[in-house]
Amino acid sequence: MTEFLSSKPLFKMNPIQISNMRQKTSILDKSISKGKGEINMNCFALMFSELVQYCQGKAHTVNELQTRLSDLGQEVGMKLIDLHFLREKNSKREIKLLNMLLFIKSTFWKSFFGREADKLEHSNDDDSTYYIIEKEPLVNKFISVPKDKGNLNCAVFVGGIIEGILNSSGFYSFAQLGLKFKHSINNTEKIDSTALNFNAKVTAHWHKGTTYMVKFEDHVITRDKQMDEHEELGFSAFGLRNLYNRYPTAMVP
Amino acid sequence: MSRQNTRLDVKKVNSELFTLTYGAIVSQLMKDYENVEDVNKQLDRMGYNIGVRMVEDFLARTNAGRCYDLRETADKIQYAFKMYLGITPALTNWSAAGDEFSLTFDTNPLTEFVELPDNYQNLKYSNILCGALRGSCEMVQMDVSCWFVQDQLKGDLATELRIKFNKRLEDAIPAGED
Repeated sequence: MTEFLSSKPLFKMNPIQISNMRQKTSILDKSISKGKGEINMNCFALMFSELVQYCQGKAHTVNELQTRLSDLGQEVGMKLIDLHFLREKNSKREIKLLNMLLFIKSTFWKSFFGREADKLEHSNDDDSTYYIIEKEPLVNKFISVPKDKGNLNCAVFVGGIIEGILNSSGFYSFAQLGLKFKHSINNTEKIDSTALNFNAKVTAHWHKGTTYMVKFEDHVITRDKQMDEHEELGFSAFGLRNLYNRYPTAMVP
Repeated sequence: MSRQNTRLDVKKVNSELFTLTYGAIVSQLMKDYENVEDVNKQLDRMGYNIGVRMVEDFLARTNAGRCYDLRETADKIQYAFKMYLGITPALTNWSAAGDEFSLTFDTNPLTEFVELPDNYQNLKYSNILCGALRGSCEMVQMDVSCWFVQDQLKGDLATELRIKFNKRLEDAIPAGED
């Protein structure tokens, strides 16, 4: 198509024609795959190794490297969870923190990493911290960390995936969601940057294998507790869930 | 020599995790480099590194013997695609001299959720495959060139990867040894 256009620069297309042509090849016309596709693990491992090497070349410190890996993971996580919700027509969005974490630990892990994560734990002394523990993460299978990079854990990529999921699956505070929604209706001004702040931070540590430490921001915890109280008072969470389902994050710019 | 059953039952991972991870790499490269050509080169380099190591895995798992002509090599490449990416490309468009052929893909796991923006039509999204083929062939003493002739991402009906055999590489003797 490009050749055609460039060889005949004088030929002017009207906009409608162009959009018609695009529709033919649009990715949205294809039906979504069933998601049963599998590829050789070595293939993934080698590609991941290239990814790590590339990030290493760009980073000067171990921390920087971990941040880069985590950022990449977040992109992947956001897309994976979108894909999951798009495909599973009947699954509803979890609005409770614990349920969401359990969903990640079991359902999500199983469909994308082949098995459940080993453990989910809640920190004893900090309400807002949870741990997802995996003895042998997929990505670390073929990685041996050199001595001078002692605390590097490449599973921080998977940590990024978790972070991406949590931050994109409606774990905003209610007020923020309202704010965003209002903006998207009025379409007048850009979204307040604070509304896009992360709500969870995930890091990976060498502890019982690999431990992903999920730390939520306080307002997420507060909201979760409020929801419990509401339920005790007899309000159902239905209204809230309905709202989340009706305006999934993908619709909010 | 009794030929062992080929061990295809290696561990598998979800292909979407793979697809999206690759997507993250490419988009990161697009952010880091200003020039699309540099991105193509970088992808090719990554592929080369992968190919160099992958061919070893392939030989170890399949007990593949020596190839006596390019057609045999082509069959092995086809099999490797099946083994590693779960797709079977068609072998087509052999040149008269038998030194060039095409791999034609109906589906490409790398491009599953991908749409190329109009201003990035020069991006060879799956260039990592070219690099991987070049790298793996080099490790078995074959110098080949690979390039994309058609690409579904650019609106073509199929994705066609052309492979040309250049020459046989002789074992180089390390300097200072006879």
